[in-house]
Amino acid sequence: MALLDIQNLVVEFQTASGPFRAVDGVSLHVDEREVLAIVGESGSGKSVSMLAVMGLLPWTATVTADKMSFAGRDLLKLSSAERRKIVGKDMSMIFQEPMASLNPCFTIGFQIEEVLRFHMGMDRAQRRARAVELLKQVGIAEPAERLDSFPHQMSGGQCQRVMIAIAIACNPKLLIADEPTTALDVTIQKQILDLLVSLQARYGMGLIMITHNMGVVAETADRVIVQYKGRKMEEADVLSLFESPKSNYTRALLSALPENAVGDRLPTVSDMLFEPAPSAAGAAR
Amino acid sequence: MSVRVLEGKDIRRDYHVGGGLFRGARTVHAVKGVSFSVDKGKTLAIVGESGCGKSTLARIITLIDPATSGELFIDGNKVDIARGGLTKEMRRKVQIVFQNPYGSLNPRQKIGDVLGEPLLINTDKPAEERRDLAMKMLRKVGLGTEHYNRYPHMFSGGQRQRIAIARALMLNPSLLVLDEPVSALDLSVQAQVLNLLADLQDEFQLTYVFISHDLSVVRYIADDVMVMYFGEAVEYGSRDEVFADPKHNYTRTLFAATPRADVASIKARLAKKKAA
Amino acid sequence: MMSQSTEITPLAASPDRMLGFRTFWHYFSVNRGAVIGLFVFILLVVAAVLAPVLAPYAPDVQDKTAFLRPPAWQAGGSTQYLLGTDAVGRDMLSRLLYGARFSLLIGAVVVTLSLFGGITLGLLAGYFRGWVDVAIMRVMDLILAFPSLLLALVLVTILGPGLFNAMLAISLVLQPHFARLVRAAVMAEKSREYVVAAKVAGAGHLRLMLRTILPNCLAPLIVQGTLSFSNAILEAAALGFLGLGAQPPTPEWGTMLASAREFILRAWWVVTFPGLAILITVLAINLVGDGLRDALDPKLRRS
Repeated sequence: MALLDIQNLVVEFQTASGPFRAVDGVSLHVDEREVLAIVGESGSGKSVSMLAVMGLLPWTATVTADKMSFAGRDLLKLSSAERRKIVGKDMSMIFQEPMASLNPCFTIGFQIEEVLRFHMGMDRAQRRARAVELLKQVGIAEPAERLDSFPHQMSGGQCQRVMIAIAIACNPKLLIADEPTTALDVTIQKQILDLLVSLQARYGMGLIMITHNMGVVAETADRVIVQYKGRKMEEADVLSLFESPKSNYTRALLSALPENAVGDRLPTVSDMLFEPAPSAAGAAR
Repeated sequence: MSVRVLEGKDIRRDYHVGGGLFRGARTVHAVKGVSFSVDKGKTLAIVGESGCGKSTLARIITLIDPATSGELFIDGNKVDIARGGLTKEMRRKVQIVFQNPYGSLNPRQKIGDVLGEPLLINTDKPAEERRDLAMKMLRKVGLGTEHYNRYPHMFSGGQRQRIAIARALMLNPSLLVLDEPVSALDLSVQAQVLNLLADLQDEFQLTYVFISHDLSVVRYIADDVMVMYFGEAVEYGSRDEVFADPKHNYTRTLFAATPRADVASIKARLAKKKAA
Repeated sequence: MMSQSTEITPLAASPDRMLGFRTFWHYFSVNRGAVIGLFVFILLVVAAVLAPVLAPYAPDVQDKTAFLRPPAWQAGGSTQYLLGTDAVGRDMLSRLLYGARFSLLIGAVVVTLSLFGGITLGLLAGYFRGWVDVAIMRVMDLILAFPSLLLALVLVTILGPGLFNAMLAISLVLQPHFARLVRAAVMAEKSREYVVAAKVAGAGHLRLMLRTILPNCLAPLIVQGTLSFSNAILEAAALGFLGLGAQPPTPEWGTMLASAREFILRAWWVVTFPGLAILITVLAINLVGDGLRDALDPKLRRS
């Protein structure tokens, strides 16, 4: 059974210049123990659809879906209080800017323990022990001492590790990572990706990787969804996506990678996208 | 015969971090003695991760900040902005394109004025001629003359980066410093801007210093590559040398960490996963 | 983020100024108080401009037969003087209408003066930093350390009472707020890349300050300007009330309050109406200021 199952998700924002449809009829599902990558460029609605699932969108957004169920529960029918109990516990999320996602006023120990207190109801000693254990799991040296550090005393990579520790604190069934390594250096990116994949395998979580980086997709995903302007362009397992992409858009994205350059010119997305093709008709405007 | 456009000898840059009440002043060595040279029409790529001193070096080459010590030659002339100031002629020769296309254009300035401003300040060309030159440059970077009267917020990231490139070219510079010009752009737009840069280099015989952290982009665009690590140039050579046979440990780490998007490595990963 | 996501193709060639205004109006009109405030403010401006037409009498004409006549709806009042008359038989309504002219004039002059001073000082301090910054900002701190009304009082006492001197004193007192605001904005903008880009293009200090940086610091200034407008009216009224602002028989609201002080128990209308006029004006302008802040400050904009 699918862990997360969404049918025909539509998200609209009210803006000064009228309604804007950020996600337009996207359906997706994630199974347990599966890594799903959602790839797209800016404006493809890849983050918005996941924020909609988490219920984290501002009030200007209208979310509708035919179906939105998580671990057998219908998210559409839950009250916001019930939803808050799920979000952060069974389903958690990490963001692009690790420095900005941590509260600079509190120690990281406090911030990890806060989640544990809210969702797990542990007492002080249990929380402390669990926080140390979590930091150890995400590969932070001297975890007990580190609990009393403030976010600004740590590097970007370490902050992202702390964010991951907070996200997995309550043994979630699903972890959503929204561009988790975009703000980080390449060598740190590699470490964080390895960490995420190993944690996913160890705890049997579902993992959704939102990214614009084809390299990240190739290194982590089992299955891939390609989005463009709020629509789903293609869905395939990772190998067949890279081997034989079906939609023109995916093909264009792959050939725009500098490492795939043939000769001294890169083919661009618009070169390929605006050739008449049925699958791209909805994408080109 | 090749002409040397840029040469740096043992460039250093120190920052003095002012001491507080309880802490003594410290000196941070951002760039620790780097030497390099670029010939006309070539591209030198400077690669490194955040904090390695590559942006500091870019600002020194662009004559924004002075170097603490070392010699910098542009078109064979020694430049030292700490002493002796900067002539208009030298200022004109080096221009820069920044990483973030959303921050590098004045939000209150129309595109026409963005492009006309360098001419207005540095030349005494009449308004009519400035306008014509700006229009011509707009077309050259792939935009239309109808964009002349618009404001930056009406453009996408890729279009803004084209405008920033156009502005940098208005004064016919001999050297263009590109500080991560495509890392804030989407993949498809990145390809377009890289193509544009290659075309412009051919047309105007431009010399590029290309700062980047993305090895795949560097491999595509560079002639020479310099890898920086904590203010030092740990690897410096032609592109093919560096990519084929990296000498320094750090360079190898960097190569190993770069995600690969080819079918073979995906197969290898999936096989490993199945085995585990 | 949403504004960035609609990209790839150039936006339709709609007239950009109209678009900018429409976005502005969208955010402004969300705040209902601001729209009401704006409406009231426009009414005030109309009243001030058309005072000679609207007012039934000249502001200083005395009717010897009608001292302290109550408003029309109260016993003893007549429709001849809708809001009654004051102690020397002048029509309250006419004086209030003419008073609006003074209040708006005070606001406009004070805001202009303190904007000019504040922008100059703030720009210099924020752009050059170092000792220029220290010198300017310490003086500003000194001015701010005094209670503003007290300082204005001292200044007016030195300069001599009168409407113009009062305006001068108030603008000096309000000016540090602008200077600090401009300095903070300039410091934030100065490190932005477009400023560096202009520098690389060869722009000098003056051009960088006035053409490149200043236009990008205007939004918070407009908001502060509106709020100072009401502040100025309030302080001028206070000075007038203390006898140091506009001198009688000028129909300035604060001065009117002052000369009506002794009748506060016998004739409530002579104090209430000028007071209400001040209250409504200040409230309306503050509401507009809040709305402007919502519309112009990107940090407060909701997605």
